[in-house]
Amino acid sequence: MDTPISESVIVGAGVGSALAGLRPIVELMTINFSLVAIDQIVNHAAKLRYMSDGQFSVPLVIRTVTGGGGQLAATHSQSFENWYASVPGLKVAVPATPYDALGLFRAAMKDDNPILFAEHSLLYGMRGEVPDEWYEIPFGQADIKRKGNDVTIVAYSRMTHVALQAAAMLEEKGRQAEVIDLRTLRPWDKETVLESVRKTNRVVVVEETWKTGGFSGEIASTIQEEAFDDLDGPVARVGGLDVPAPYNGTLEAAAIPNSERIIKALSDNYGI
Amino acid sequence: MALLRVFEERAAEQYMLGKIRGFLHLYIGQEAVAVGAIHALGRDDYVTTHYRDHGHALARGLSVNAVMAELFGKATGCSKGMGGSMHLFDASLNFAGGYAIVAGHLPLSTGMGFAFNYLNDNRLVATFFGDGALNEGEAHEVLNMSALWNLPVVFICENNLYGMGIPLSQSMSNTQLHKMAESYGIASAQVDGMDVLAVREAAETAVQHVRSGNGPYFLEARTYRFRGHSMADPVLYRSKDEEAEYRKLDPIAQYGEWLLSSKMATQKKLDAISAEVEKQVEESIAFAEESPFPSPEDLYRNVYAQLP
Repeated sequence: MDTPISESVIVGAGVGSALAGLRPIVELMTINFSLVAIDQIVNHAAKLRYMSDGQFSVPLVIRTVTGGGGQLAATHSQSFENWYASVPGLKVAVPATPYDALGLFRAAMKDDNPILFAEHSLLYGMRGEVPDEWYEIPFGQADIKRKGNDVTIVAYSRMTHVALQAAAMLEEKGRQAEVIDLRTLRPWDKETVLESVRKTNRVVVVEETWKTGGFSGEIASTIQEEAFDDLDGPVARVGGLDVPAPYNGTLEAAAIPNSERIIKALSDNYGI
Repeated sequence: MALLRVFEERAAEQYMLGKIRGFLHLYIGQEAVAVGAIHALGRDDYVTTHYRDHGHALARGLSVNAVMAELFGKATGCSKGMGGSMHLFDASLNFAGGYAIVAGHLPLSTGMGFAFNYLNDNRLVATFFGDGALNEGEAHEVLNMSALWNLPVVFICENNLYGMGIPLSQSMSNTQLHKMAESYGIASAQVDGMDVLAVREAAETAVQHVRSGNGPYFLEARTYRFRGHSMADPVLYRSKDEEAEYRKLDPIAQYGEWLLSSKMATQKKLDAISAEVEKQVEESIAFAEESPFPSPEDLYRNVYAQLP
């Protein structure tokens, strides 16, 4: 059903109807507008189970569209899933393919927790096979989209595809990259990432949102804490440049990670 | 009402002794609103309220022990010590909180109303909020959507004339708050919030309206808090004279006088009630004192619901 343009109540009413026994799915047109509802997401959806000691639950899915690259300018091009991934009580999904989107969404609907389901705006045209049989993908399970032994590229959402482009370029240079698509940010699949790093000894984390404060920092920090001795060099991070998204197409593209920047980061940190 | 009054007075003392921490917002002076309004509700109706919620919790029937223990942060509290003064919950009584964010619970109440319509089960939600909540944008979104979707919500605005330290006239362009609701097409009324019988009657009208499928109702109860916004408030923004004037309207004193003059009760009976509630509250303090704190293992419990 359609609602007025009242994001705070869209989410809040979702939370409230969940408290009253329903299992709602609400939609925020883009994650940019989630800022209008952020109090309801962070202070209410995420915390009511905890503050009521489990007497009340919030089985709510918040579907939204994330990401830039469509020349929609600064206030319509952002990706805040990393902010929400910091919040205990929330779960965050960031699928990159039709198969992953469907599998994760089914899991999201069954989950009794509040979930932010962030679908990338430029991926809606992507086609992919999905099985006729029922399947689900649990949260906290990354997917190795490409196997390799020389370097690990960790990515999520649209950057998974940029990572795969970088992997193709590396292959031409005789290097096999392992591309890990996180699929969810909270929880995120630490074990798959660490296992890969122990194998390749080189890792770059790629995400679209601003590098400063990006979730790649969390991932990089975890890798160096838990696999320090397996690293041949510092964990590389490629993120959005620290600017608001410009309208101009060339400038906008320059601010978003691309395969060239991934290659350069690997060269800078690991000499490959 | 007497229970609420004694509870709040003792809670204030316990706060000064350091047994209750954080914020404490006392309901002293406003008892008639919670008691009068909640009496008009059914058991299956939901109640939501703001952070000045001890009165509503007790009026709804939460155990005095469990509320005091919650304030003490004990594991026997109604939220096991995880919510505190501002986040009292009791699912068995459909008491859906206790909220610290001003107006934050209004969208939730809209959702509850939506669910009751969706389930077609004739329940309603009574949501209490202050005059300050109408400063927030989401309060207006809520009024619009509740009216638009014909939701079974009884809005009870406890207008105590101050939003923290700001007098009503300095924060609201229209100080007749129920008229604001009217502008959204919501049936509304104003009632003397110091008169418990008037509040109950007005709430019954509201409940009748809502349960008959006529959509939301907005009741503005004019009341006054005799203490500050919270225990931390030195109350520099209003005069002692003003407070003295409003104390003459004390809802408990008013009701007591009415009971005596109409011969519904004797002074002896009123004294017995006073003694009884004093005893209940004293016992709740002892209960809270003796109760254990939650343990460190409780820290992560209920952050997430476990997957089936």
